[in-house]
Amino acid sequence: MDHSSLAGRIFRGVALALVLVFFMFPIVWIFLMSFQSNEQILRIPPHILFEPTLTNYQALISGQLRTTAGNLEISFMRNLVNSFVLSSAAVIMALLLGVPAAYAFARFKFRLGESIAFTLLSFRFAPPLLVLLPLSLYYQQLGLSDTYFGIVWVYQLIALPLILWIVRGYFEDISPDIEHAYRLAGHTWREAFTRIAVPLAGPGIAAAGLLSFIFCWNNFVFALILASADKQPVTVGALAFVTASGIQYGQIAAAIVLSVTPTLLLALYAQRYLVEGLSLGAVKG
Amino acid sequence: MGMLEIRNVDKVYRSRGKPPVHAVRALDMEVGKGEIVALLGSSGCGKTSTLRMVAGFESVTSGEIALGARQIHDLPPARRKVAMAFEGYSLYPPLTVRENIAFALKAQQLTHSEVSRRVDAIARLVEIEDTLDKYPRSISGGQQQRVSLARALVRDADLYLLDEPMGQLEPQLRAVLRGRIKGLLAERGMTAIFVTHDQTEASALADRIAVMEDGVLQQFASEKELKSRPANLFVASFIGEPPMNLLETEVTAGDGGFQLSVGSDITFHIPGGTLDQHARRTLEQNKRVRVGIRPQKVAVGTGDVQVRVTSNQWLGDQSHVAGECAGNLLIAVAASRIAARPGDVIPFALEPRHLHIFGADGVCIRHAEVV
Repeated sequence: MDHSSLAGRIFRGVALALVLVFFMFPIVWIFLMSFQSNEQILRIPPHILFEPTLTNYQALISGQLRTTAGNLEISFMRNLVNSFVLSSAAVIMALLLGVPAAYAFARFKFRLGESIAFTLLSFRFAPPLLVLLPLSLYYQQLGLSDTYFGIVWVYQLIALPLILWIVRGYFEDISPDIEHAYRLAGHTWREAFTRIAVPLAGPGIAAAGLLSFIFCWNNFVFALILASADKQPVTVGALAFVTASGIQYGQIAAAIVLSVTPTLLLALYAQRYLVEGLSLGAVKG
Repeated sequence: MGMLEIRNVDKVYRSRGKPPVHAVRALDMEVGKGEIVALLGSSGCGKTSTLRMVAGFESVTSGEIALGARQIHDLPPARRKVAMAFEGYSLYPPLTVRENIAFALKAQQLTHSEVSRRVDAIARLVEIEDTLDKYPRSISGGQQQRVSLARALVRDADLYLLDEPMGQLEPQLRAVLRGRIKGLLAERGMTAIFVTHDQTEASALADRIAVMEDGVLQQFASEKELKSRPANLFVASFIGEPPMNLLETEVTAGDGGFQLSVGSDITFHIPGGTLDQHARRTLEQNKRVRVGIRPQKVAVGTGDVQVRVTSNQWLGDQSHVAGECAGNLLIAVAASRIAARPGDVIPFALEPRHLHIFGADGVCIRHAEVV
């Protein structure tokens, strides 16, 4: 790229800044909101300059929501922990089930193989509400309603197809002869899977795991119907901020900042894998 | 008993919605201990399928494979004691070249110094010493192929399978490596099968060559025998450079033998005494048969076959003269320069004793006389 022209550099800088402002503005605005009181937020016209306050965060962490109509108990921290537990468990379960399945779909041709893989993908087509009503009835009868396991199970609808289809592509990119060479050197099929195929597809598995974690984290409707207050994730818990005395914008902003932070940190950490994953195709040289 | 015995092996690939592919048909082969065998054939002839069935990556549809005294066709690849160099190299990307080669030795529980001694020795043999600490991704295709070859040869195995082992190498290096690898295999008494479509490579490296076509083993013999006694039309036309001249002839009996003629331009008299009973009967029953003659056996400048020259090339040590006669193209190889230009008419001598005669089914019923 040509860096010599001053006008070009200025133009590039301005263009980048515009794009950055456009995409970052909502996040920055929410970040600023989270340090303001409801009155400050609702001022017209809005001010960029304000006296920051930590009351929103204090309220969330202590679980005491003070409104003009009185004190309200909220369990935001509990919701946050729930989100974390549910999403992690769902992703771990989906990885344990999905990675071997993806390997099987990539390496072996078997009867109905393509049909099964496509059926799993089709879970992503149907709107969740379509299955929720019968599902909640079944769950009540099975005693799975309002249990962590029940929600983790239903999260497989989100995580499993994603992991299966992404990881399958990565396995297909690895030449089977690499595993063959390993097996000829005196190793079993299982060892070739765990020591060769999985490490080589590692970046892909990490990327798929990360994506499905984010999707699970952001899910709203499954937990809304299937879980009661003490097992609900942040997405559902945020409903508590719509109170009798109005919507608590400051706390909502603080809650968003807190709930986005884990996925943001995870994405930043895993960025390296995501980039590596995209260049995996160059195995054969 | 041979080291490797392949008995009546069939391989059929079935996939849904497509007709089954019969890749290998009723293959019978025996490879002796210390023997080097080439599987030679064009693409899709079943040679790689055969190799992969021996390695264990493809199951045999029917038949048996035994290595040493062990039946191996049902064993997992890990327990077959077979080493293989893959056509696509298949090196482990996260390991350096040295680790890649040493990897195969880990299972053998050798001391550290023994492993590096072996790796260094094999790396020297295939000339990759200076890439030992690099990663597969950062070296060229030819180097990767040599690493793959080294990784197979460094092991102690009962059988070495090499799939197109030198396809990516430059001609000079290929010639050098052929000699060295043949030396290594012979010195250690290693039994090896390699797949190639290069005749020169097959002749240079192998003790015996198995010619395959369309899943069927056409002939399994030494290079000399393939040339002098081809089993059928396919082997006759596939082996040899330039390829054998083939002519369609009309058969007439007479004079205690047979006349084979191409129009009125070429006539061969085959005395009955040079034919066995089967050949005689075949000639009696067929009106037309095909005959073949090696370009090296066609004499230029004498004889009674008048040929219109279409090309004449001096290759530095021999001339290839191609000419047309009665609608057939004939090629002759001569040891000296031939003074003929395209369009000239010169005589070729085609002697009946140099003819291979093929029956209607393509099987050779009489071979040329061996001098």
